[in-house]
Amino acid sequence: MKFAVCIALLTAMSGAALATEIPLAERRSGYSFMSADTKAMQDEDTANPGMLFVLDGEALWTRKAGGADKACADCHGDAGVSMKGVAAHYPAFEKTLGKPIDLEGRINLCRTNHQQASPFAYESRELLALSAYVAQQSRGMPIAAGTDPELAPFVDKGRELFMQRQGQLNLACANCHDDNWDKKLAGSAITQGQPTGYPLYRLEWQSLGSLQRRLRACITGIRAQAYDYGSPELVELELYLMTRAHGMPIETPAVRP
Amino acid sequence: MARLALATLLAAALFAACAPAGAEELRPYTVIGDAIPASLTGAKGDATRGRALVVERSSACILCHSGPFPEQAFQGDLAPNLTGSGSRWSEGQLRLRLVDAAHLNGATIMPSYYRVDGLTRVGASWRGKPILSAEQIEDIVAYLVTLRN
Ligand code: HEC
Ligand code: HEC
Repeated sequence: MKFAVCIALLTAMSGAALATEIPLAERRSGYSFMSADTKAMQDEDTANPGMLFVLDGEALWTRKAGGADKACADCHGDAGVSMKGVAAHYPAFEKTLGKPIDLEGRINLCRTNHQQASPFAYESRELLALSAYVAQQSRGMPIAAGTDPELAPFVDKGRELFMQRQGQLNLACANCHDDNWDKKLAGSAITQGQPTGYPLYRLEWQSLGSLQRRLRACITGIRAQAYDYGSPELVELELYLMTRAHGMPIETPAVRP
Repeated sequence: MARLALATLLAAALFAACAPAGAEELRPYTVIGDAIPASLTGAKGDATRGRALVVERSSACILCHSGPFPEQAFQGDLAPNLTGSGSRWSEGQLRLRLVDAAHLNGATIMPSYYRVDGLTRVGASWRGKPILSAEQIEDIVAYLVTLRN
């Protein structure tokens, strides 16, 4: 009996020890796992389908909207100046809500509070276009999210979610993206699950998609209950992923297979 | 009248499709050492059906494993190659590895295919159901024992 308990404890401990976070020097963007063709598609703005959304976003930036009849540009001016580096710091702590919000959440807060307009739906063309346009202003800049001390408990929650086994397949994000990122799942590269390129154009989706969409796909893949768009859990996961990618360059709009 | 009957039938069919399979009780089994010696169904499985199940996407086996499946372009490399499973393990050992691999190695990533307890946040369409039925497990076991080298 005592022996059995010991074995159970040992296995539990080896389980914990297995999940190792990726050393800084070994961090790699999903980009580095792609074929030369797909890389070229991301590198060439004229071939990158994500750029169409960025152009849409540029148009939306100056379009007046809502009861306030104001455009983003009316408050923020030239996005090339005012939005440079902003996406690299998201999700950010929002004092009025007492919790972090992601870039999409921030854009929708501006919609409701400053434009007096209705928030855009998650994954709507408008929200993807605006977030792609804003994030593209940080292209090449190092990710620096999560340094605000008020975010610490939320980063911790995100890490816990990342390490937690869930779903009918009983897998944690870490089982694939920390422990097996050099391997293949039915022929496709698993990668480290780095959030560097969002929103990004995924060939499989034939569309731009947000980081939350990607996270929901992985959660459904392990047959767990996907969190709703905008839920605190998804934002916490996004936040943890961004701290995990600290210093890696933003690629928005990236392309992925 | 006929329409009403049809409507009831449809409703019944829908309900059956949506009813949580928690209704489907797991059959009891006995672990002896590192094996489940007795068939879960009391009958022998069908190896041909077992092979079809192993390469089927919904079973997820070849997401992680590779094996003697030359027609399958996409196989995983997260787990041992299944070639020779039948030489390495007895029928009963293979059965326990499918039913509940975590019983042998708490840190394994191999899902427990015949277990509904101890899981977290299972999605609504899978809740209360094992990944595979007892019959499907027996079919796969019958196939794996034929993999000798
Ligand atoms: C069974 C393996 C597996 C599990 C478990 C898993 N993923 Fe993934 N994940 C993949 C694969 C395969 C891809 C697609 C390849 C890619 O783009 O990285 C992917 C892609 C991603 C990406 C996109 C990376 C990029 O370059 O755009 C992120 C982010 C991600 N996963 C996060 C998560 C999180 C968070 C969890 C847990 C809630 C999770 N994954 C669980 C296999 C998995
Ligand atoms: C998410 C990954 C994953 C999935 C899905 C999976 N396995 Fe496994 N399997 C493993 C790993 C990893 C091992 C190695 C032993 C361990 O970790 O306990 C293993 C071990 C085995 C073994 C013993 C192999 C040996 O010779 O040592 C067999 C047999 C097996 N699996 C069959 C299957 C079958 C059949 C399916 C589908 C019905 C399946 N597995 C699904 C990951 C997986």
